[in-house]
Amino acid sequence: MSDMVLGKQSGRDKLFRGLVYVILGVFVLFYLTPLYVMVVTSVKSLDEILSGSLLAFPKTLDFYGWDEAWNNACVGTECRGMAPFMINSLIAASLATVIPTAVGALNGYALSLWRFKGSDLLFGMLLFGAFIPFQIVLLPMASFLGWIGWSSSLTGLTFTYIVYGLPFTTLYFRNFYVSFPPDLVKAARIDGIGFFRFFWRVALPSSVPIMIVSVIWQFTNTWNDFLFASTMTKLESATVMVALNNFVQVANGVKRYNVDMAAAIIAGLPTIAVYLIAGRYFLRGLMAGAVKG
Amino acid sequence: MALTDNIPPTRSAPVGKLKHGTTWLQRNIAWLTFLPTGILGAIFIYGFILLTIYISMSASKLIPDYTFVGFEQWERLWGMRRWGIAVNNLFLFSGMFIVIATAIGLLLAILLDQRIRAEGAIRTIILYPMALSFIVTGTAWKWVLNPGLGIESLLHDWGFVEAQFDWLVRRDRAIYTVVMAAVWQSSGFIMAIFLASLRGIDQSIMQSAVMDGASSWRIYRRIIIPQLGPAFFTAFVILLHMSIKSYDLVIALTNGGPGTATDLPSTFMFDYAFDRSRIAIGAASATMMLFAIAAIIVPYLYSELRSQDRS
Repeated sequence: MSDMVLGKQSGRDKLFRGLVYVILGVFVLFYLTPLYVMVVTSVKSLDEILSGSLLAFPKTLDFYGWDEAWNNACVGTECRGMAPFMINSLIAASLATVIPTAVGALNGYALSLWRFKGSDLLFGMLLFGAFIPFQIVLLPMASFLGWIGWSSSLTGLTFTYIVYGLPFTTLYFRNFYVSFPPDLVKAARIDGIGFFRFFWRVALPSSVPIMIVSVIWQFTNTWNDFLFASTMTKLESATVMVALNNFVQVANGVKRYNVDMAAAIIAGLPTIAVYLIAGRYFLRGLMAGAVKG
Repeated sequence: MALTDNIPPTRSAPVGKLKHGTTWLQRNIAWLTFLPTGILGAIFIYGFILLTIYISMSASKLIPDYTFVGFEQWERLWGMRRWGIAVNNLFLFSGMFIVIATAIGLLLAILLDQRIRAEGAIRTIILYPMALSFIVTGTAWKWVLNPGLGIESLLHDWGFVEAQFDWLVRRDRAIYTVVMAAVWQSSGFIMAIFLASLRGIDQSIMQSAVMDGASSWRIYRRIIIPQLGPAFFTAFVILLHMSIKSYDLVIALTNGGPGTATDLPSTFMFDYAFDRSRIAIGAASATMMLFAIAAIIVPYLYSELRSQDRS
């Protein structure tokens, strides 16, 4: 904690301190306004949107937008609302969270506590895979999925997420286990405690925090993905982000902004909920994914 | 590959020999565990990268044609006006995005480090856009920036009857709206990086500076900010990496338009590889993106891993 505070020494610095709060207040408004606009727009009638002000509070609450977005909104020729696409996203994101986290835990454990010849190099090479622009694998991946019969399917998309999630999850667990006391592993080995037993009894139970980080990261990233989802799916297998974009971009007739905003909120709600519940771990995942330390 | 131990004290005595009765499997279990991931990585990361680079050197158009044509497609790509626009836009976008997001991130971190009341709540608000998909962000900003009903009409309501704010649909301004939305989304993360770095600074130097009667402004400028070097570097790498990969936000906000005014290499790539079916050109543009990222990330990862080993 900083002991030195702007505006501690002189009376004029009271003004300074006030200024700090004013500037922070302005930024808080800047970050909140789009969210506020989305929410109020989603519960206004179309008439009120077209005649009223952007920031005005709705005169009457009108849930037409939400009803339409959830039940009837058309994506392409499908007019079943966002619900089916939410389910697609949920399936893909769940599998792409659980599998890479489990595999990443084992990988990270093997690469840190049971290092073998070349393990650091292999880790570095895998790590590079976490940062590549995915455009570089898009064409071969699309052909590959076509070749094994998974093109334009949720299975193929989920497989893609799992494969390209592994570098991240391995990174998290590897950097977590690397700070384990080496003596602990050494003692266990001398006692003849095997690889899996040590993992199951010692390593895994102590890695709950990093597991949460990994789960949140994978879930948020796959839920929010657009590039892979828009390449690898067709209408029935589309994820909620593809559906949202399709729905907002392809407008026939009058734009229904209330429905658009409700759909956007619905699509964003799960990751916002995760963030609000476990923000600390969310930030830790971001930092670990950026500062590899 | 034998199981060699990197932990110094046991280096002289391989673990395999410490305990009798260890099987081959037990000695090799570590790399065997990693093997499946290693194979997947070899195929889906490195194999596919090489394949894409090869496609970019092939005669492929609508359908793959693996006749090798050397750098012909690369030359064609760099001769394309639209690619030129995309690259130009990337410079413009990333330059502004990096500078503005860094400035805002640093300012917010310094302000939040002043023992602020409700710091946690403010931090949560500043960082929440990071949890949102760019598609959601783009949809929201598209509505806010809508020339007819968005900020422009708000300005009219406030009495600025002449005010115009139609950047979203103006060729020469649309790219700035992308910068605005991107800054909104990402600056909170940069704030978190700087704040973590500020909290790690040794307090004693500052104490003595305060004793000497140095002003707060001076202390920040001369003592604190110079110590944030690594945080600046991290922020720079992250933001540059983000801007090269930026795709969803542009798609949702402007869809590359008006016309090609907000095209980036990422949207160019997708358009040529999938919509126009000029596969080799698409692959060539993806290759350029990879080279740009590799030029930043490889030295960065190398230095990060090195410094980790030393500690």
